[in-house]
Order: sequence, then structure tokens, then C-alpha cells
Amino acid sequence: MSRWFSRNLIRIYAVLALIYLFIPVGYTMAFSFNDAGKRNINWQGFTLDNWKNPCGAPDICVALGNSLKIGFLSTLVATILGTMIAFALGRYKFRGRSSTNLLIFLPMATPEIVMGASLLAMFVNLNVNTGFWTTVIAHIMFCISFVVVTVKARVASLDPKLEEAARDLYANEYQTFRRVTFPLVLPGIAAAALLAFSLSFDDFIITNFNSGTITTFPKFVWISSIRGVPAQANVIGTAMFLIALFIVIAGQLIGSAKAKRKS
Amino acid sequence: MAIAHVSPGTSTHVNPERTGRRIPYLLMLPGLLWLFIFFIYPLINLAETSTKTRAASQETGAFIQTYRFANYLDAFIEYQDQFLRSFTYAFMATLLALVISYPLAYAIAFKSGRYKNILLILVIAPFFTSFLLRTIAWKQILGAEGPVVSALRALHLIGPDTTITASSFAVVMGLTYNFLPFMTLPIYASLDRIDPRLMEASGDLYANGLTTFRKVTVPLSMPGVVAGTLLTFIPAAGDYINAAILGNPTTKMIGNVIDSRFFRIVDYPTAAALSFTLMAAILFLVIIYIRRSGTDELV
Repeated sequence: MSRWFSRNLIRIYAVLALIYLFIPVGYTMAFSFNDAGKRNINWQGFTLDNWKNPCGAPDICVALGNSLKIGFLSTLVATILGTMIAFALGRYKFRGRSSTNLLIFLPMATPEIVMGASLLAMFVNLNVNTGFWTTVIAHIMFCISFVVVTVKARVASLDPKLEEAARDLYANEYQTFRRVTFPLVLPGIAAAALLAFSLSFDDFIITNFNSGTITTFPKFVWISSIRGVPAQANVIGTAMFLIALFIVIAGQLIGSAKAKRKS
Repeated sequence: MAIAHVSPGTSTHVNPERTGRRIPYLLMLPGLLWLFIFFIYPLINLAETSTKTRAASQETGAFIQTYRFANYLDAFIEYQDQFLRSFTYAFMATLLALVISYPLAYAIAFKSGRYKNILLILVIAPFFTSFLLRTIAWKQILGAEGPVVSALRALHLIGPDTTITASSFAVVMGLTYNFLPFMTLPIYASLDRIDPRLMEASGDLYANGLTTFRKVTVPLSMPGVVAGTLLTFIPAAGDYINAAILGNPTTKMIGNVIDSRFFRIVDYPTAAALSFTLMAAILFLVIIYIRRSGTDELV
């Protein structure tokens, strides 16, 4: 028994760490079924009402809609801009490469509150009214770096022999890119887009500074937390969790199925 | 025909050197422009705001440029406690996250067999639930009406008035929790890259498990540890959500001050000076840390 214990100590530790990670998720899920009305703090009994009517809390679905719209728009733009930079950095040697790397690193090393505050100060100085579009602008800004880093890793890990082979087989530069390089980098781009979307969807600090009067889902949660978060917020949180998990697992399965077919 | 087509120097390949030189710049142009306009320029603008003073008209939000650098000193002296607290909390949270993450990453990299991918997904998965919802969940779990306090009270381990939330312990725990995957994933990535033959070689040279771990595994995983500690420390030092939800007025961090200076007091110069001091302090610590740990490849 004690030998088994010492041999598996690190596995036990890992399981405990994972349990710690999942405690608040489990709590959020459980309380999405709480029959608590507006004050979702104590367990009042099981109900499916919150799941049947996720928009039941006032304004929650407006906030959710804004978050989804902002998320999609900023993911789209940030993924395109970031992927282009990643290709330039991963593929070419040029002057200013290391300062570009630094510029990409800087937003990740800057506290969110500083980025949010500085952007708001600029909008205030320029007399720009903050709202939906200023939020999209801000989200694109902080997502770009994460996209660059994710895609660049994938570009750097490509085997140059594959592209050489394509050229040896008379593919021109465009065809090589279209048929060989791009499909190989695509999983990296997909991962980057997923990351950008989850960063945007979950962002509160920068959004709170730059969104003016429009609400997003995290802003809704923050505002309602003063009086008690409605159970519908737990429903949406749980649903987002399940959807994201489904996408990631599906991506893994597709990836491993492809790998099997090739071998 | 085909031979003529591929012969070097034909029209399809005129001067790849010259056209190739412009391509990276064109590719980067839109993205870098975005960062310049919406990241760099606002920072410059913030620097400018930080030395302004309130306009004579006393109108809310009206400030004039007076190049008053004493704003920095004033702000720092007034809020030195919050600065110190932010860095202390961030340091403690980073240390705790490292203690939790290293064995977890080690177990995933070396002891998980075919469950490796599933475990990796499990590490990231909690973060698909909103950050605020999870922090509020901790507040309720550890709160006065929550299960933990009730259980401890029933066992008479704590008095009827003792609480867990609204304390610096709860804030540090929240920070640790919220940035944990930023620590785990880079450490995992660098552990996973280690060639297992190196560990075998160490064993062949009569090193025991502990020596191998100390002399081979840990040094080779250092880039991940450095990246992970930075990715945890930086957001933790600037965070104010955990302090706002899990703390009390005496656990306010510098982020809380910047937030209230901006929104409640509409004192942009002080908020700007505090933001810059925070950023400079973080960059200073980061540079020393990177120098000390000898990993420059991060950037």
C-alpha cells in the first residue's frame, strides 16, 4: 500500500490539482440548476427552469449577443492580421525582426489595466464615444500578439523539405503556399482563433474601460454580482464551457484521425 | 516545353531577392499599424496625461499639460502600500502556482501515457467558464454561507465569526487559481521537449532519481518555468478583480486604485502616473529576472 502510494504520489498530486481546478466549474454548473430566483447563493432545490429559459434574467441575452458579436469580429480581424505577422516572422529574415518580436511581446507583458486605461485616455482625448466599436478595436489589439505567438510556433515547426518537395514537383510559389504550407499551418491558425475568441469573450478589464454603456457577458456578471448573479448566468457559463470543450475534443479527434490515415 | 519553363531566371522567378525583401514588411504592415495606433500611441498619450494638472475651471475631466513630474512622486507616496501589496500578492501567487503546476506538468509530461491529451484538455477546460463566474464561485464556496465555512464551524475548527473570504488569503488563492494554466502549460511544453534519453543517460551514469531530476530535468525545464512565472506574475500584479471580489478594503491592490481613480474620481493624471509606475516596475523586474535566469529566447 505505502509503496503503491509513493510510486503514484505524483499522479495523486496531479489529480488533486485537477480537482482544485474544477471545483468552481462544478459549483457554477451545479448552481445553474438551482431554484433560487435572483439571489443564487444558497441551494434551494433542483430545477430545469433556468436551462429552459436562459434569457430569463433581464438584459442577459443582450449582453451575451454583444459578447458573441465582439468575439467573432475581433477574432476574425486579429487572426488575419496576426497570421500575416506570424508568417513574416517565421519565414523571412529581415531588418527590424527582433524589434518586431519585442513589439509583439510588449502587449502580453503589459497589465490589462494599463492597456485599458491608456486606450480609454486616448478615446477621451480624441472625443470618441466609447461603445461597441471601441471594444472591438481594443479586443483586436490585445488578441493580435497571442495569435502571432501561436501561429509562429506552428510555422517554425514546419519541415522545409515539404515545401522544397512541392517546388521540385513544379508547384509555383502560390501553389506551394495554397496546397502545402497553408494546410499545414491551418491547425495552428484554428488554435489561435479559438484562443483569440476565448480571450475576447472572457475579457472584463479592458472591456470595462472601453465599452461605454454597452454590456458584455462579463460586464453583466460583474454588475449583477453586487446583488447576486442570476442562475441564468451559470447556465450560459456552463453552456460556453461545454461548447468549447466539444470544439477542442473534436479538433483533437480530427487531428488524430488524420494522423492515423497518413501513417 | 517543361524544361524551358523551369530553367532558372525565367519570368516566374525574376529577382526573388528583391520582391522577397518587401514581402515581410507588407505582411506585417496592417497588424503592426494596429498595434502602433491602439497600443503604442495610447501609451505615449498616457505618458502625456500623467504630467497634467487639473484645469483652473475645476470642470470634471478637464486637465492641462503642466509637465508636473511630481505627479509620479505624489501618487507613489500616497499609494505605496497598494504597490507593495500588489507585488507581494503577485509574488506569493506565482510561487504557489509554481508549486502546484510543476508536479502537475511533470505528471502530464512523463506519467500520463495515453491520457496525455485528455489531461492537457482538462487543464485548459476550466478556463472556458467565465473568469468572473469562477471567481464569484470561489467567493460563495469559501463565503460565510458556503459549504467550507459551515463544515469548519460544525467541526468547531473555526469560531462562529471567522471567515475565509474578505481576506488576503482569499485574494492570493484567487490569483493563484486564475493564472494557474499560464504556469502549467509553458512548464509542460518545456518538459515535454526533453529527450528521455538524457534522463536515461543520467541513470546509466549512476545518478539516482532525485539527482537526475535536479541536474537534468529541472535545468532543461527552466525556459518553461521562466515563461510560466512571467505569465502568472504580470497579470497578477495588475489584477484588481480578485481583490475586489475576494478581498476587503485592506487588501486593495494597485489595480483597484487605478480603476477608482479613473472611473469614480475622474483623476486621469494620477491614474496615468500609477499605470506607468506599475508598468515600469513590472518591466524592471521582468528584465532583471530574464537576465538572472539566462533565458533570452523568450522574446
